[in-house]
Order: sequence, then C-alpha cells, then structure tokens
Amino acid sequence: MANLKEVRERIKSVISTQQITKAMKMVSAAKFRKAQQAIVQLRPYANKLSEMLANILSNLEGDAGTDYGKEREVNKVLIVVVTSNRGLCGAFNTNINKAALHTLEAKYADLYESGKVEMMFIGKKGYDFFRKRVSNVKFHTEHIDLFSDLSFDNVAKVSQQLMDAFTTGEYDKIEVGYGMFKNAAMQFPTMETFLPVPKVEADQDGSSEKAIKADYIFEPDKQSLLEYLVPSILKMQFHKYLLDTHASEHGARMTAMDKATENADELLKDLRIKYNKARQEAITRELSEIVGGAAALEG
Amino acid sequence: MQVVVLSPEKELYSGEASAVKVPGSGGQFEILNNHAPIVSALSAGEVKIKTEDGNAMVYTINSGFVEVLNNNVSLLVTGVKSTNE
Repeated sequence: MANLKEVRERIKSVISTQQITKAMKMVSAAKFRKAQQAIVQLRPYANKLSEMLANILSNLEGDAGTDYGKEREVNKVLIVVVTSNRGLCGAFNTNINKAALHTLEAKYADLYESGKVEMMFIGKKGYDFFRKRVSNVKFHTEHIDLFSDLSFDNVAKVSQQLMDAFTTGEYDKIEVGYGMFKNAAMQFPTMETFLPVPKVEADQDGSSEKAIKADYIFEPDKQSLLEYLVPSILKMQFHKYLLDTHASEHGARMTAMDKATENADELLKDLRIKYNKARQEAITRELSEIVGGAAALEG
Repeated sequence: MQVVVLSPEKELYSGEASAVKVPGSGGQFEILNNHAPIVSALSAGEVKIKTEDGNAMVYTINSGFVEVLNNNVSLLVTGVKSTNE
C-alpha cells in the first residue's frame, strides 16, 4: 500500500526533525543560562561604576566635558551591527538587521548617498544581510568573530579601537544595533548611540543625593578621574551590548525551537490519524475482498 | 571593614578585611579601618587584601577604581590575575 508507506516515511522524518529541535532547545537552554549569568555578573560592576560617576558629577561644578562627549557636525558615521553567528533563532537577527537598515536609510539618508557611512559587523548574520542589500558602504569585518571570545579584555580591545577612531575624528558618530535582553521570551532590537556619549549630568534621583553627603577625597583631581571613568563606562557599555545580544540569541533560539517542537507534535498527531485511517481502510478493503471471494466460491 | 572586589566578569572577593593596599594613580596607598571617604583611579599593579585572620590575597590588575565610604571599600578592577598566598 503506497499511501501507508508514504505516511510512515513522513512520520519518521518528522520525528527525527523533532529530535533535532528538541536537542537544540536543550543546548540553547544551557547556553542561555550561562549567557544570562554573565549579564548578572556584570551588573554589580556596572552599578558601582555609575554610582561613582554620579558621585563625581555631583561634586563637580561647571561643565563635565570629556573628549568622548563632544558633539561634532556629523560628516561620517559608523554603524556597528551586533548579531549572532548562526540562524535558527526566529526573527531575532532579521529584526536587528532591519532596525540597522532603517537607521541607515532614514536617519542617515544623505550621508549614505554620498558614501559617508561605514558599517562594522560583529556576528556573521548581519554581514550576510547587508552584503546582499547595501552598496556604497564600506564594510569592516575584522571583528566578526568576536563572539568566540567574550572575555572583557578581548571585547575592550574593540571598544578601545572605536573610541580612538572617534576621538581622532575618523567618525563623528558611532551607532550600535544589538538585541537588548529582557528575558528568555523577550528581546528588543535596539539602536543606540555609542559615541558621542549623551551629555553626562548628575541625575536627580536618590543616588546623587546620597553622594553629596560624603565629602570625598578625589585622586587624582575630579576632572582626570572623570577621564579615567568615562572610558571604563564606555567599555562596560560595549561589553553589555555583546552580552545582551548573546543572551538574547539563545533566548530567541530557545523560543523558536520550542515552537518548532510543539509544531512537530501537532504534525505528528495529524499524521498518525491519517496513518490509522489509511490502515483501517486497507483492512476493511481486504476483509471485504475476502468475504466477496468466499461468497463467489459458494455461489 | 567590608571589602568587595568586582571585575566585569565576576565578584572576586567579598568580606571583612583589616587592610587593603592599592596601586593608586598617584602612588600606592593602604586603606585601614575608618579611612576617610575617597575615590581614586588605580594604575597597573598589585592589590593586596589582608584579612582579619592574617591571610593575604593578591590580585594583579591592569586598571581600576577604588571607593571608600563608611568602612565600605569597593574595588572595580579589570585585567585581573589573582595570586593567593
């Protein structure tokens, strides 16, 4: 019975696909936990840094300008696109790429037309996307494999390079597109301005009030301390972009693979019903053939 | 006094200590109990933490910051190699 065999083959192939998606989900779950751990570990460091910044700013009179905060006329822009290296994680990469593409085509339309926009890719999927769609843009791919070593020192090399490129005037603005991490089921494709840093001002919430109370000794002076602190914060920020994207990727893949497994379950259910119906039909037909044959002999 | 050592990757140390020696950008200095509030940048060098039972921990760092407030010492460090004694 050809039909029966066909259905059986399909059931087999769906089962093996389901095993793959299930395994991928497990793997992603494990990697996700690790990636999330890294974000959690960074948090106390990040909080303390911002606290120190608030401390200094609240004790600093006048302008708190550093080289990294200078707004210049924007003549040249670098867009950094942080995506994952691998697919099969739903619309995760596509969303980041689309957000970056939108920034390129809407926000920097004029610069894009005159070829004054450059792009840097971290993660292969962003490069694959833009290579096919965009011309007239210089691509930087030297850090595409950054995800293979996510240690802080390694990532800091890249952010240092970006900061140098900004202070020497190579770029007047650096934008980063990445997958902001909320939780396993929620990731937001986000575009953020990495440099120049938005004007630093002492925020008016509790942290600065607490800071004013203490009469700190600052060593060296406040202004130079600020010049140490801001690059550290920028590096930490850039590190966070990568960790966020990393965790988001695995979160997105977990969700995508979970849906795929569920979908396979449904498919299997339908196929099994189909198979049983076909089998029953075949048995009924055989029976009636036998009965018919016997009747013919008797008659 | 309470000491926390934080790197971007993990919390390296948290607990009581009797003295912390740090490589300040203006020269090495030691923080003892009831030190005045201070915020300082750190240059490359060794951070030495003496615990109350006399043990010492040494971390070699690339750069960082230290903040002291009300007997709470927070160290933010990068490029750490720890060598425990």
